[in-house]
Amino acid sequence: MSELTFKDFETDQEVRWCPGCGDYSILKAVQRTLAAQGADPANTVFVSGIGCSSRLPYYVETYGFHTIHGRAPAIATGVKLARPEADVWVITGDGDGLSIGGNHLMHALRRNVDLNILLFNNEIYGLTKGQYSPTSRPGTRSPSTPHGSFDAPVHPGRLVLGAGAGFIARAVDIDQKGLPEILAAANDYRGAAFVEILQNCIVYNKDVFDDVVNKKHAADTQIHVRHGQPLTYGRDGNRGLRLDPRSLRLEAVVIGENGVTEADVMVHDETNHTLAGLLLELTDPLPTAMGIIHRSPRPAFDQAFWQHKPTDRRARVVDLLRHGNMLDRRPA
Amino acid sequence: MRRSSRPRAQWRRTQPQDQQQDGFFDMSVNTPTDSIPEKTSYVVRFAGDSGDGIQLQGQQFTVASALGGHDLATLPDFPAEIRAPTGTRYGVSAFQIQFGGDHITSPGDAPDVLIAFNPAALVVNLPHLQDGATIITDENAYTTQRLKRADLDSNPLEDGRLDRFTVHAIPISDLTTEAVKPFGLGAKDSLRCKNFWALGLMLWLFDQPREATERWITIRFAADEQIRDANLAALHAGHAYGETMELSHALIQHPTPEATLGNVEYRTLTGAEALALGLVAAGELADTELLFSSYPITPASSLLHHLAGLEDAGVATFQAEDEIAAICAAIGASYGGKLGVTSSSGPGIALKTEAMGLAVATELPLVIVNSQRAGPSTGMPTKTEQSDLYQAVYGRNGDTPIPVVAACSPADCFDTAIEAVRIALRHMTPVILLTDGYIANASELWALPDFEAYPPIEHTKPAPGSSGHVFERDPRTYARIWATPGHPGFIYRVGGIEKDVQTGNISYDPANHQAMTDLRRNKVRSVADFIPDQVIDQGTAKGLAVVAWGSTYGIIYQAVRECLAEGVAVGHVHLRHLSPLPKNLGTLLAGYDRILVPELNDGQLATLLRDRLLVDVIQLNKVTGQPLTVGDVKAKIRALAKPYIREASNE
Repeated sequence: MSELTFKDFETDQEVRWCPGCGDYSILKAVQRTLAAQGADPANTVFVSGIGCSSRLPYYVETYGFHTIHGRAPAIATGVKLARPEADVWVITGDGDGLSIGGNHLMHALRRNVDLNILLFNNEIYGLTKGQYSPTSRPGTRSPSTPHGSFDAPVHPGRLVLGAGAGFIARAVDIDQKGLPEILAAANDYRGAAFVEILQNCIVYNKDVFDDVVNKKHAADTQIHVRHGQPLTYGRDGNRGLRLDPRSLRLEAVVIGENGVTEADVMVHDETNHTLAGLLLELTDPLPTAMGIIHRSPRPAFDQAFWQHKPTDRRARVVDLLRHGNMLDRRPA
Repeated sequence: MRRSSRPRAQWRRTQPQDQQQDGFFDMSVNTPTDSIPEKTSYVVRFAGDSGDGIQLQGQQFTVASALGGHDLATLPDFPAEIRAPTGTRYGVSAFQIQFGGDHITSPGDAPDVLIAFNPAALVVNLPHLQDGATIITDENAYTTQRLKRADLDSNPLEDGRLDRFTVHAIPISDLTTEAVKPFGLGAKDSLRCKNFWALGLMLWLFDQPREATERWITIRFAADEQIRDANLAALHAGHAYGETMELSHALIQHPTPEATLGNVEYRTLTGAEALALGLVAAGELADTELLFSSYPITPASSLLHHLAGLEDAGVATFQAEDEIAAICAAIGASYGGKLGVTSSSGPGIALKTEAMGLAVATELPLVIVNSQRAGPSTGMPTKTEQSDLYQAVYGRNGDTPIPVVAACSPADCFDTAIEAVRIALRHMTPVILLTDGYIANASELWALPDFEAYPPIEHTKPAPGSSGHVFERDPRTYARIWATPGHPGFIYRVGGIEKDVQTGNISYDPANHQAMTDLRRNKVRSVADFIPDQVIDQGTAKGLAVVAWGSTYGIIYQAVRECLAEGVAVGHVHLRHLSPLPKNLGTLLAGYDRILVPELNDGQLATLLRDRLLVDVIQLNKVTGQPLTVGDVKAKIRALAKPYIREASNE
């Protein structure tokens, strides 16, 4: 088979997202990742729930299953148990994955089913026309919260860390360099890989992540973490994160100021569960963490699942029928 | 197309098919010829605290009866509480068995012998007893404190309320303690052996073999010699007590004639076991592995327990995080090419409903087992009912038809499971299999089927290396091609959004939705082209029809048999296929003057028959959480069938 390009992973279906939707660039990143990894379309399955993001499987030339609201992780678990050799991707959103389907997300992660779970977080319900979502910030005005929402949002990263996710990454929808790299790493991870993608809903929550992703200040508002590398960021690369031992929090420092040296800056250890927690909750005025925040190997559920393959199945079945105390009235 | 065998078909002296030709009052063929002299069978009820090992005694007695060559049917009846407070009325657990040389299809209405381990167990079961019944009870349990626990102001052993019965008040606790003394157990552990002491006595009373119970004790307590030997001693002491008492004529042994059995192997099994075996067998017949995915719920969990650990027989089990995830994982497995099976009881089935629609829309095979229990809401989890028929046939959003089959007895679960899988794979559709708490827990004697005689189950998986389109459908079954990930020639996307009838792509086209709705309806209708004609299970083809489904089979069978013996023109028509109904059912029922529909619900099959066949029916409904009784059904048949009794009509 000749090498496939990202175009080979496009279907004949017209993509029906709003013009300017962040989903377009995520779709492209997915198709590029598949091509770059040399994915076998016959052994790749995209499973989604309901919502704008969940239309994605219709646009990828692999096996695809667009299911019901919130249940994609459960259905994908069944697909993976039936086809352990397939790469199974779950496409979900903040409403689908964290509200109606929160339970399934939690259990897919703690079981560590070998799935690549992409959560498109746009902090709004798009397909039902703009109601506030479980990740909407307090004060979000929407058709269902005309005076502004007042309930506290769920933090996707902290939630999945608590659920036992062994792979947690964060990326921005339009990052065509960083996103495919993260998606490839998620697919390579043997277990449940969770990727939160900050996605721009151009119609109902336009530029909600502007404070983080706007190119004008992104260098100062994002920190791209890399295992083994110091946690530095900033336009000049001289800003860093240091652990404040009194508060057990990360604090921003400037290398070369107030006696701070590079040795004071923490080095990213993606296997460190505690550091993952600290990085995930970084928020303004600290930079938002991007990249592979947590990755530690754990046994995958589906590896343990089909350990006892039938050898002589028919004989075993007949043996089961005859199990127990038999009354034999056959002629001698 | 072969009709799957009904339970113990070899029992039948006459084939139901032949009976349809018989004349109205020609009872010579229809009346069972195996009418037996009196007391060829007995009904025994064990009752005590849920911690007294009542169900275990019942199961062991069941195995002994079977090995003694008896036919049998059982009724476990226990509270939802795992260990209810001892000595209370609501904590009483019971196990009833009818066994003997007769053709036994029901656990019997009224016990001949009640063994009650405490005052509460005695008094709550008195209403079940007929005059002259034998009561065996533990005399040591009638202390002031325990009488109070049972809300009794006086001691029933002394206050005359047992005058109608033959009472044997035996100091079972003392005799057990005495029997196990040599083994040095503490007082509490000694008393825990009393269930085997009592079982020993009951096995003696009916001259049943003890060997299977001895084996069971030896294996169960292999790790603790002291406990093992004490329980064996208790078993033997109870048996010896019976022998001694017979010498003084205080107790009389009731040897029970053996049943007329076929030249095959038999075993006992519960409905849950039979269902598990049927699913395992169906997977093998279809050459497809199964993913059984469920969430614990009473009374359905036992199916999960029986299937767990059978990977080497081609079934993997997955305990999901909730009912919805359970069916969703099963659907995912079916999408992936292993047959998904999920199981629950009514409340859990309600949660699965949306996902059932997805399986219909995506044309995937799936088996959904509902072990029905008394509802609504949580209802009475350990009590039986047949009240989820509407839910199965009508209970989904949109026009979403799903074939529905029902098992009629514990052993029948085996063939019904195979039938459900066969329909699911033949038509690429979800199938609902209805059973209930009574069938799941009850056991009966099962003639081992000849597994080699079962035809393979066909499915629509494409040949390796082939290519094509998954939505090319078989015009007879409407089944699409069951292509799965891993197959490069059939890569496709599908989902719950309405899809183009040919390409499977999203389509909101008006004519297409009409075409898809037609297709889904016709698919389920087409199931009727493959199922056998409905037969009369027993009795006449004219007069009164008794039409029923599910677990009432055995009780109605016995009631109809007894009414036939009285000369009533009555036929028993028991439905396995509830949706679609067998094609000939309307014609078959048109031969009768009246139709009686007994059900453990408020009239659901009655509605279905009126809906589908435009016939009217007379209802007999009972929702007490208990099975019908033979007496209930006979009384109704007699009341309705008066004009059809031979003598009356000859006037």
